[in-house]
Amino acid sequence: MSTDPEKPTEQESDVTRREFLGTAGAALVVAAAVPGVAVEGQTARPAGTPSRPRTQIRLTVNGAQRRLEVDDHWTLAEMLRDHLRLTGTKLGCERGECGACTVILDGKTVYSCSYLAVWADGKSVTTVEGLAKNGALDPLQQAFVVHDAPQCGFCTSGQLMSAKALLSANPAPTVAEVHAALAGNLCRCSNYSRIAEAVVAAGAAGATRRTSGGGQ
Amino acid sequence: MAVIRDMMPVFELFQPASIDEALNLLDAHQGDVWVLGGGMDSFDWLKDRTKRVSTVVDLSQVGELRGIKEANGGLEIGAMTTLTEVVHHPAVQAKFRILAEAAEVVASPQIRNQATLGGNVSQDTRCWYYRSGWSCYRAGGNICYADTPTAINREHAILQQDRCVAVSPSDTAPALVALDAEFVIRSKGGERVVKAEDYFLGPQIDITHMTVLRPGELLTAIRIPATWANAQFYWEKVRDRNVWDFPLVNVASAMKLSGTTISDVRIAVGAVAARPLRLTAVEAATKGKPRTEETASAAGELAIQGATPLRYNAYKIPLMRNLVKRAIRGNAQATT
Repeated sequence: MSTDPEKPTEQESDVTRREFLGTAGAALVVAAAVPGVAVEGQTARPAGTPSRPRTQIRLTVNGAQRRLEVDDHWTLAEMLRDHLRLTGTKLGCERGECGACTVILDGKTVYSCSYLAVWADGKSVTTVEGLAKNGALDPLQQAFVVHDAPQCGFCTSGQLMSAKALLSANPAPTVAEVHAALAGNLCRCSNYSRIAEAVVAAGAAGATRRTSGGGQ
Repeated sequence: MAVIRDMMPVFELFQPASIDEALNLLDAHQGDVWVLGGGMDSFDWLKDRTKRVSTVVDLSQVGELRGIKEANGGLEIGAMTTLTEVVHHPAVQAKFRILAEAAEVVASPQIRNQATLGGNVSQDTRCWYYRSGWSCYRAGGNICYADTPTAINREHAILQQDRCVAVSPSDTAPALVALDAEFVIRSKGGERVVKAEDYFLGPQIDITHMTVLRPGELLTAIRIPATWANAQFYWEKVRDRNVWDFPLVNVASAMKLSGTTISDVRIAVGAVAARPLRLTAVEAATKGKPRTEETASAAGELAIQGATPLRYNAYKIPLMRNLVKRAIRGNAQATT
C-alpha cells in the first residue's frame, strides 16, 4: 500500500507500446481516449463530444485511492486498460469465457470484461500491476517464473489473479484446490500442470516463511 | 459493415436503491427498459448489439434483493444473491444441498462470484442462432434456424418442441423445481407468487419469452419451503467441459423414503426443452414403489416417452433416460 495516490501508475508522459503502435500503424492516436478520464473531479470532456452518461466513482486501484468519472457503459476492463493504462489485464474473449481479464475485487475474482466500471464504486480492485511491491515480484509471480508457468503469457495475469485470491483464502492449497480455483482461466498453451505446480509451490513456500517467522 | 462486439453502446443507467424505486422506474419506462442483475447474460446481448436498449435499470444497489433468510424451516433467497453465496450458505448446505450442488457447477468461479440466482433462472436461452441475432421465431421472425435440414442442433430440445427448439440453460432451475420452490414477483400493482415449475414458459405458450415475467415486473426472491429439507437428493449435470459449459442435460430429484419405499418424490430435468421439465408421470409411477434398479429403469424409460430427436441431438434421449434412472436409484447404487 505504498503507492502514492496522486501518482499515476504509469508515467503519463511515457510513450507506451500501445500508443506507439497506434500512431505508427494508423492515423488514429489510441491515446486520444485517455484525456476522457477526469481524475480528482476534473471534467475533461472535450467540447463537441456527444453527451454520454457519466458517473463519478471512488475506488482503490492497487492500493491507491482514485476518484474517476466513468462512462456508465464502460466495463471495468475498459476503465483499467484504456483509461488507467493498466494494460496488464488482458482481454481475450470479451465474453467471460476465457479468464484473461480476471481481477480481484474486494477479495473475489471477477471477469473485468463483464463487470461495469460503476460497480467498482467503493470497492478495492487489484490487477496484476498490484502484485509486485517496490519493484520486487510477489512470491507467487516468482514461483511462476521458477516453474515456467507462462508460455505465451497472455493468460498469465488472469491466472495470477485467480491464484492470488486462492492463496489469500487458502494459503497452502493442494493441486486439486488449485485446479478448482483456477478453473475459470483458460490457457491455450495448455500449461495447466506447470501453473498448478507454481501455485502449490508458492503456497508451500509461504507456509515455510510463515513457520520460520520470516517473509510476509 | 463490421459490428463492434467488445465495447457496449451508450445507455442511460438507473441505479435504484430499493425495490419500490426500481418498480417505479420499470413502470415509468414500460416496454423500453433492460433490467440488469449480475450482467452475465445482459452484457453479451448489449456488446453484440443483438438487443438494443436505451435505458438500463441496474439492481446492484438494491440491498433488499440480496441475502438468504431462514423462515419456517425453509429459506427465502433474494434474487440478487450471488451463486457463490448460495453455494456457501450453511443452511443451503445443511438442508437443501441439491441447490448448492447445482449452483456450484454453473459456469466458472468468477461467474459464480457475480452471477445471481434470479439471473440464473431468468436468463435467456443460449441457442446461438437466436443469440447471433437471426430473425427466428423467438426473435419475432417466422423460422427456426436450429431446426432445418442443415442446422447444427446438438444442444437443442428433444421434448415439447413447438417451432422453436431452444432449451432452458439453467442449472439451478431443475433443483428449485425439485424443491417445490416459489418465485416471488413484484410489480407496482402488488405481488404474485408462482411455483418454480410455472415460472418458465415453453414456446407453445410464449415463443418470445422464457419466463412469466411481464414488463413492469421483477423477480425479487425465491422461497424454498421446508417440505424437502434433508430429503434424499440427487443432482447431476452432463456437459462437454467441466467449466463454463451449459448443461447438455441436467437432473435434480428430491425423495422421501419409508424404509426402502419411495414415499414421495420430485424430479426435474433441464436442457431438454425450453423450460425445465418436472416429470410428474415419473413421480406418480415411482411413488409407493421400492427404490430399486427396476423402478429406476422403468422411470428412465417413462421419462423419454414422446422424445423426438433433431438431426444432431439423438444422444440426449438415452442421456436423459440414464440420468433419470440414476436420479431415482440414487447415489448409493450408482456405479458410474
